[in-house]
Amino acid sequence: MTRYVVGRIVQAAVVLWAAFTLTFAILYLLPSNPMQLQLAAAGIEQDSLTPDQFAAMQHKFGLDQSIWEQYWQHLSGVLHGDFGDSLSQQVPVLDLIGQRIGSTLLLSVSAAVVSLLAGSALAYLATFVRWNPLRLVLTRLPALGASFPQFFIALFLIQFLSFQLGWFPATGTEGVVSLVMPVATIAVVTSSVLAQVLIKSFDETLSQPYIITARAKGLSRTAVHLRHAFRNAALPAMTILGVIVGLTVTSSIVVETVFTREGVGKLAQEAVLSQDVPVVLAVVTLAATVFVTVNLVVDLLYPLLDPRISHVRAKVTAPEVVPA
Amino acid sequence: MSLVEIKGLDVGYVRHRHIQPAVTGLDLTVGAAEVVAIVGESGSGKTSTANALIGLLPANGRITGGSILVDGVQTAQAGERVLRQLRGSTVGLIPQDPMVGLNPTKRIGDQIAEAVTLRGISGPAARAEAIEFLTQAGVPDPELRVRQYPHELSGGLRQRVLIAIALAGRPKLIIADEPTSALDVTVQKRILDHLGGLAREQGISLLIITHDLAVAADRADRVVVMRHGRKVDEGDPATILNAPREGYTRQLITAAPRLAHGGQLVAHCDVRHEPVPEPILTLTGVGKTFPVADPRRGKRGFNALEDVSVTVPRGRTHALVGESGCGKTTTLRIALGLESATSGSIVLDGTEISGLSWNRMRPLRRKAQLVHQDPFATLDPKFTVRQSVTEPLVSFRIGDRRSREARARELLDQVALPASYLDRLPAELSGGQRQRVAIARALALEPELLMLDEPVSALDVLVQEQILRLLADLQEQLGLSYLFVSHDLAVVAQISHTVSVMSEGKVVEEGSAAEVFANPRSAYTRELIDAIPGRRVVTL
Repeated sequence: MTRYVVGRIVQAAVVLWAAFTLTFAILYLLPSNPMQLQLAAAGIEQDSLTPDQFAAMQHKFGLDQSIWEQYWQHLSGVLHGDFGDSLSQQVPVLDLIGQRIGSTLLLSVSAAVVSLLAGSALAYLATFVRWNPLRLVLTRLPALGASFPQFFIALFLIQFLSFQLGWFPATGTEGVVSLVMPVATIAVVTSSVLAQVLIKSFDETLSQPYIITARAKGLSRTAVHLRHAFRNAALPAMTILGVIVGLTVTSSIVVETVFTREGVGKLAQEAVLSQDVPVVLAVVTLAATVFVTVNLVVDLLYPLLDPRISHVRAKVTAPEVVPA
Repeated sequence: MSLVEIKGLDVGYVRHRHIQPAVTGLDLTVGAAEVVAIVGESGSGKTSTANALIGLLPANGRITGGSILVDGVQTAQAGERVLRQLRGSTVGLIPQDPMVGLNPTKRIGDQIAEAVTLRGISGPAARAEAIEFLTQAGVPDPELRVRQYPHELSGGLRQRVLIAIALAGRPKLIIADEPTSALDVTVQKRILDHLGGLAREQGISLLIITHDLAVAADRADRVVVMRHGRKVDEGDPATILNAPREGYTRQLITAAPRLAHGGQLVAHCDVRHEPVPEPILTLTGVGKTFPVADPRRGKRGFNALEDVSVTVPRGRTHALVGESGCGKTTTLRIALGLESATSGSIVLDGTEISGLSWNRMRPLRRKAQLVHQDPFATLDPKFTVRQSVTEPLVSFRIGDRRSREARARELLDQVALPASYLDRLPAELSGGQRQRVAIARALALEPELLMLDEPVSALDVLVQEQILRLLADLQEQLGLSYLFVSHDLAVVAQISHTVSVMSEGKVVEEGSAAEVFANPRSAYTRELIDAIPGRRVVTL
């Protein structure tokens, strides 16, 4: 068991490193002039510098080093918890993220919880209802929900719930009310994705012979659905939990921009626009960490839910030499 | 009044907005403490009848006519509420396949206690009863088993757990739907004996659904033969076996080897007084050890084979018989070169093949071909029959398009399928037809040896007999040799010339089929022979 956990943690670390390296490569190897970006961010005209001054500046930004040295410097910085300074705002990247992470975390976690509840409820209903027309509508609903672009849902909600009905504020980060529409925007998509997987899994589970065994005992449909089908149907859906949480994080970029919420998503969007490389690198690493952690937790929880999966290698079961 | 009274029952399945009838005008009664068996091939409507009885038809199943009275309650058009009160408490069900009949994520004890709880007993008392029912069902160490999950139990034990669940509702009738078809013969016999005993002790009526007339005749007070959704014959076993009214029943009797020979198992081919031909395949002292650390092998991490020697004479059929886990399939895989032996030698047509590389082995594959157990899984569902049959030719670059087409037609003709089947997909074929295609594919490269891995165990009795006859004809026409792996001695008796009986990785008995079946020397062989259904015919 310990060996399995250690293995999985090492694997998670490798994924994180790969995400960091890939982002670094994309940002630094793309055809752009990092020196120009740095100077522009610092508000200095390149033409006004003498070659000596230019070389000094280059040295100051560490851009006179080879790509490998730069990569190594960044990586060791990150390992020591130092993501460098933001180019556009001249403050440590970690401070920038630290100010905003709370709001984004609240948004993501609420959205993940809501999608989990809504997605499961929808899947449960869609497979439980026996009246065919309603069943058909409920099964088709997730496909519709998953295909709406998020900015469209956001604008739709703002138009109706804010401007026309005036129930919720259209923008802002203050209070629980400001959270309702952003969470709804994200949850429509993520709960639909979850419901799609769950409904398919439910249908498959309900056609299993052990469901007949359960019904033949005289159990009610509710009992069969809850006690026998739900857990078995939820197992395959567990694997996409990481994707769902990841989606809520990436969705925050669009949602925070549309609802003008001060969060990491909006920070990322602004950083990309102003080509603020250290900030982008930090946000991507953060998102990858969330994704990897959720997946790790799911993998560790899996054997608790499915007794057939055991992480104990070469487990010795009781010999089955007993008669028949 | 009888416990179950079915009158004029019609059951159908909705397909493409039409109702296809599965059961037509069936009359059936089951008395109190009576054992009734419904016999029929797949598609005869026997399982539909059982499911209709307690309203467990699949979603597209419909009862279109007739009445079903269970313990005085009409169930034919009854709602879920009425049916629920009958299920478990009046009618218990033992489903077909024990491997998938239990919820994999729930402990055994909870699954049984659930049925107990429905009778109004809860908590520790329900748990105690669960243990009691496991004991009744013949499960050893019930206190340990209640805490286990289904995957920790063997197939036979799972079947007993399902019996315990059926008993837990204290029903008046238990429906056993092919309760043991997925199990080894000896396990099958023990479980059916046990179930019959329990029913007699507790005065429970039994409705046994089976495709095997011998199983039915051994245990039932009354046998009902169904075909194409109708009842074709009915009577007590003695009448059915000795004076069958219908030609179909007579066919079933002929197809059950033990019933056909008055309770004796008689080998079809007697080669005791004939010279033994040259061997085409010889395994000498073959051993196979799976590494213990390999988690996929789990408890098979030990000597899977020990000093196994097997000889297949040219033009003859040699059978490997034994129960699951005895090493017969491993032997077959080693003989095919798919698995390497830890020790010993394997000589195929004069060439030693143990230790040969994949590339050196490949040309030899033309000499020996394999036919699998499950005709439903062995054909690529996206390949037409033509593609399946000619694939070996394409793979070995034999002939051109036209000669392959001619060969495909010739092969289908050899396995008695019309040439019009060349364009069909596996989904459009029956189980027997698929197995014919699989045999045709194996014959494509004109091999001298066919390895047959349980080729008929997934088929109905009558289809089994047709396939066995086809194999015998092909052997005669083409001079083929067969290595025939089976757990079913009855099938082996019909086709093989010589036999090796295997148990726990060793050959415990070998010799000509006629000799082994007439005078079995080892106790294990005797047990296997004794387990074949049909023994009751002697006393009738």
